Amino acid sequence: MTAGYIAQQIVNGLILGSMYAMVAIGFSMIYGIVRLINFAHGDIVMIGAFVTLGLLQSLGAPFPVVAVGVLLAGGLMGVMIERAAFRPMRGAPQVTGFIASLAVSIMLQNLGILTLSAQPRNFSFPDNLQEVIHAGGVSFRVIDLVIMAVAVLLMCALILLVRKTKLGMAMRATAENIEVARLMGIPINRTIMAAFAIGSALAGIAGLMWGGKFGQIDPLLGYVPGLKSFVAAVIGGVGSIPGAILGGYVLGLAEVLFVGLLPPIYSAFRDAFVFATLILILLALPNGILGRATEDRA
Amino acid sequence: MNLGQPRWILLGLALAGLAGVGLAQAAVDDYVLSIINFIGIYAILAVSLNVTNGLAGLFSLGHPGFMAIGGYVTAILTFPASRKAMFLELPGWLAGSEMPFLPALLAGGAAAALTAFLIGLPVLRLRGHYLAVATMGFLIIVQVLIENWESVTRGPLGLNGLAALTDLWWVYGWMLAAVGVSWKVKFSSYGRSMLAMREDSLAAQCLGVNLFRTRVAALAIGAFFAGVAGGLWAHLVTAITPGTFSLIMAFNIVVMVVVGGTGSITGAVVAAVVFSAITEIFRPLEESFDAYGIAEILMALILLVILIYRPSGLFGSREPGILTAGPTHNPGNHPETAQGGQK
Repeated sequence: MTAGYIAQQIVNGLILGSMYAMVAIGFSMIYGIVRLINFAHGDIVMIGAFVTLGLLQSLGAPFPVVAVGVLLAGGLMGVMIERAAFRPMRGAPQVTGFIASLAVSIMLQNLGILTLSAQPRNFSFPDNLQEVIHAGGVSFRVIDLVIMAVAVLLMCALILLVRKTKLGMAMRATAENIEVARLMGIPINRTIMAAFAIGSALAGIAGLMWGGKFGQIDPLLGYVPGLKSFVAAVIGGVGSIPGAILGGYVLGLAEVLFVGLLPPIYSAFRDAFVFATLILILLALPNGILGRATEDRA
Repeated sequence: MNLGQPRWILLGLALAGLAGVGLAQAAVDDYVLSIINFIGIYAILAVSLNVTNGLAGLFSLGHPGFMAIGGYVTAILTFPASRKAMFLELPGWLAGSEMPFLPALLAGGAAAALTAFLIGLPVLRLRGHYLAVATMGFLIIVQVLIENWESVTRGPLGLNGLAALTDLWWVYGWMLAAVGVSWKVKFSSYGRSMLAMREDSLAAQCLGVNLFRTRVAALAIGAFFAGVAGGLWAHLVTAITPGTFSLIMAFNIVVMVVVGGTGSITGAVVAAVVFSAITEIFRPLEESFDAYGIAEILMALILLVILIYRPSGLFGSREPGILTAGPTHNPGNHPETAQGGQK
């Protein structure tokens, strides 16, 4: 096990972590504002991947146009889901929303199977993005670099949005106390919708990244990133955006190192490892690394 | 407490069901019979999850995990000793033994209940959807372990060629047992502790309810019947694979409990029958139109509509008045308690 091998594993972990972080941010934002664990969030990743495929291979659009198109499609999807399924049951017990989001998720997956067929499709980016770069014993493709750069860029933009703009202030106020925020004249519905739009747009972009990274997409692909990003959000502290980013990278690195550094017979257990970590963290650190103790969790 | 009249009605219903089983065994062809069996198994699952999820308000998605444990334990215990050596590498005492169905089912249920007890000790400290997520994690861990413990479970291939031991008598008997036990629990002081804990755990604790013990018991009772249902399932399909016990199955059972009304035993049975019947009716349609997934989409849609327009489900937390001795003996009759679940 050389230093180069370990460096390579760390790079792989960072790439995976970027994708987890992108999905986890949306999870965390939505949870922070409406206290909803949105299980359908992972399926937006799937929709993002298919929109990318459509724009890239059927229309031959250039990469920046594809990226913007995917952001819009993801955001639109999030807004539609919020309006149709979650707004009518706002104020119901939290578990109700969770069950509803499971229902939405199963609907999206099966609609995907129905309209797009369950066959996996190959997914390839243009050659200039596939080129392999070698640097100091570590090799990665241009697309991996793009994934990480886009992720960091969007995260910075989001943090600025939440900290500096009026919308960001409205979102923070709504997360703090939805009733008081309403009394202060904050348009609650629009703020919640914005949170869904932004979170889902990021999940859509994660779908683009997922396709580019693994080269194959199918209607059920959202399941795994959805679950794991949720774990990432919990690790970081649900409701905290920096926490979601941190949790995404921690989980990505931990998972890759678990597979890369232990003997190969253990690699089949990676999902068990991820969820055992989740349960341990829920028990030991119920508020995550960066979360605040605001409510009764344990 | 005057339970005289309803007890006769309940007994009459059970006997009518028994007659129905006899009739079905004699008159109906194998395909329909197997559908009725599946419906019965789903009823056991829904009724047992109703104890955990409905009465005690512990939102568990781990039910298929307990089912898998019970199913594998039962299947390995009943597996013919002559064939065990060919497929599996088991410790000696297990490799040579071959059990009849009933003790194997009981062992499967006990294994599931024991697992529930062990994971319940740490995990039941969590509340609401954190508990849901932790139990979902448990389900995925069980799946991964079964897929990788090839010497005992044959991994993703699963065990096949099991004896077709399950018939409608078995399913009906266990369904009666599940309904009977949860009925007894619901209308005992224990069930009232569970309902009190579900509505307000602090108040329940102040009244002397041992929260933790009540929670663990609710999870373990549910898990026991889930384990038995797993054993019945395995010997009905005559095969058992880890893929069967998926999150989708957890979702389906939860849908039944929620649609029936969290806490209502009658509701769980009715919803289980209606939903599995819908799924079975749609299966040939899906196959002939080559449009898989319609049944799932329909299930999800019905669930959403019910959550929006009738969040307390078909029966709320109640049982129909004719089956109980009037409203005073019917916990959960208060309209506010019909919401169910944690805040």
